[in-house]
Amino acid sequence: MNTQTIEPQAPETQERHVLTITVDNEAGILAKIAGLFTARGYNIDSLTVADITDNHEVSRITIVTHGPPSIIDQIRAQLERLVPVHKVVDLTEIGPYVERELALVKVAGTGNTRVEALRMADIFRAKVVDTTTSSFVFELTGSPDKIDSFVALMKELGLVEVGRTGVVGMVRGETAA
Amino acid sequence: MIDVSTQRSGAEILVESLVAKGVEFVFGYPGGAVLPIYDALFGDERIRHILVRHEAGAAHAAEGYARATGKPGVVLVTSGPGATNAVTGIADAFMDSIPMVVITGQVPTGLIGTDAFQEADTVGITRHCTKHNYLVKDANELATIVDEAFHIATAGRPGPVVIDIPKDVQIATARWTGQVNQRRTRYAPQTVAPADDIARAVALIAAAEAPIFYTGGGIINAGPEASRRLRDLQRLTGAPVTSTLMGLGAFPAGDPAWLGMLGMHGTYEANMAMNKADLIIALGARFDDRVTGRLDAFSPNSLKIHVDIDRASINKTVRVDLPIVGDCAVVLDQMIEAWLAAGHSAADLTDWNARIDGWRARKSLAYPDRGNEIMPQKAIERLYDLTRAHDPVISTEVGQHQMWAAQYFHFHSPNKWLTSGGLGTMGYGLPAAIGAQAGLPDRLVIDIAGDASIQMNIQELGTATQYRLPVKVFVLNNEWMGMVRQWQELTYESRYSNSYSDSLPDFVKLAEAYGWKGIRITTMDELDAGIQAMIDHPGPVFVDCLVVKEANCYPMIPSGAAHTDMILYGDDVAGTMDDAAKALV
Repeated sequence: MNTQTIEPQAPETQERHVLTITVDNEAGILAKIAGLFTARGYNIDSLTVADITDNHEVSRITIVTHGPPSIIDQIRAQLERLVPVHKVVDLTEIGPYVERELALVKVAGTGNTRVEALRMADIFRAKVVDTTTSSFVFELTGSPDKIDSFVALMKELGLVEVGRTGVVGMVRGETAA
Repeated sequence: MIDVSTQRSGAEILVESLVAKGVEFVFGYPGGAVLPIYDALFGDERIRHILVRHEAGAAHAAEGYARATGKPGVVLVTSGPGATNAVTGIADAFMDSIPMVVITGQVPTGLIGTDAFQEADTVGITRHCTKHNYLVKDANELATIVDEAFHIATAGRPGPVVIDIPKDVQIATARWTGQVNQRRTRYAPQTVAPADDIARAVALIAAAEAPIFYTGGGIINAGPEASRRLRDLQRLTGAPVTSTLMGLGAFPAGDPAWLGMLGMHGTYEANMAMNKADLIIALGARFDDRVTGRLDAFSPNSLKIHVDIDRASINKTVRVDLPIVGDCAVVLDQMIEAWLAAGHSAADLTDWNARIDGWRARKSLAYPDRGNEIMPQKAIERLYDLTRAHDPVISTEVGQHQMWAAQYFHFHSPNKWLTSGGLGTMGYGLPAAIGAQAGLPDRLVIDIAGDASIQMNIQELGTATQYRLPVKVFVLNNEWMGMVRQWQELTYESRYSNSYSDSLPDFVKLAEAYGWKGIRITTMDELDAGIQAMIDHPGPVFVDCLVVKEANCYPMIPSGAAHTDMILYGDDVAGTMDDAAKALV
């Protein structure tokens, strides 16, 4: 038998995409979506989900993923064929859109570092949602980049703990995507 | 109008809902968590329950029934092991797009999550091998869910749907009116393609100098009308036709435009034509790795049109130039209309056909003669010749015999060929034949099997006996897991690790023990008479046909090779592959 050497094809460039998925709010839907990503080897950078209707029948999932364009296209097609999925919108594709993430950041310290942390928080428009004489919990909303920057700065000022929601996104303008 | 609304138990509503869906057969096995349903079925003449011997057999029988009749198959099994035993068949149906509704019992709602006796998380386990699944929490939802499940299983790209019903929901009463509530799901796949895509497609076909139709199981799933339309469009365009394993029968094997199956064990002419074509028209096929071989060498110079009802199948492995989402029968109809409306006429394909004739002349399906020993290929050829007047339904297990059946048994119409293509499930063939025979009681149904595969669900011999189903099993017995042995010969220097079928039973005696007729064929001069005796016997027959042990299945594209690198019989091929090639499957 011939031995074959497979020439690797030039890798496609990796792209970051924000997808919003509107789904029936049924038991197991999150496992179904998350499981699709793991079973097919797709990446999940962040995933958020909550129901968005009064009667709790519809949820909106926001997934941040990355991969080559052909895989991003496959992800969308695979999601769209799931029975409980109403709609998949690739915000990155259709743009322009806004994306926001919320973080809670706990910082402990006294003296100058404590004052400096509060000053930084003010610059970032973070809110203080809890305090003791030696700590703050800041609430910060913004793009993931902004939160990354804030967390990086807090590392030098007594960072204790970070909690992040993951991204939610929405297309700009007056209509739904 | 008389108000027929009454309070009925969940189990009764289930049975009424199945009857309302036109279900004739349920393939199943009882157990604790489905006893209320079995009680509701008791004495009901409208649905025939086929009691299998193992739940795997129930799922494959339902698949065989569905594939042979075009109607969805229905399975009924209990919770826990009943459901997990059915999972292989569910996964098989998912891969091969077989419409199937699987009803599983579940422990009572209050016990879910407590590790109760025979509890398994059936919806969790089947989540990724079903098209959709349900856990029914309220008997009032049952009728709607059953209606929805049949819709989802059959619409668009067909597939299996699981309905998991806790025992207390089967017992609880609810209102049954005979009317089904509005479906909740909006599931409505696109079936009609945009007119300008169709116009572009037919223009490409009309302009092509070396076109080829590459057809798959989607044509079969789209119904017999799709096969007729394919023949019509082929006649208009003159383009040759090849098919995947799953698509055999959509185009008649006797037609001069037929190239045979393509792919790993496809014909030389089919694979060369795919490689050299300037236009591939893929219809209900999914560019599976068995078909494409080495992807970067797959049909490098062709434009590709891909028609599929599943958008996710398009551009999955091979980038295509014109994607068309739609139902094959509808799209073929649209193409024919557009072709005629545009006044296209078949291009002059003389040069292309001459090249194809050159490839045909390689006679890639030729194999050596072994005198009075039976070559397995010869056994299939004789089986085909002697049974063709009966237009039989053929099922297979998985392995060499499956490929030989695909190569040497020729199919002329759809729904005659039942095989596990995607998942490759050994043990599929016997229960599938039983399911097909249940649906088509007067048809000759033959499971072409191997000595290893047949043992995977051999307990189903009893099912055929019980229901007097006259299925035939034709085993090509080479005392090996033949395809494993072949790969070990070709890629592991003949180190035959665990591929020998040791301690085989005496199949004739085994068959007789189950009340079947057993026939053993050992030499060429017994072959025709043995096959004829099998056909002539009115009941189930098990044929143990002893064939040349070391015969290999050729032509073969080695794993990870290009279509142009085929091995034919007589080529010197022994050796060891490098690790990269060994890693391919």
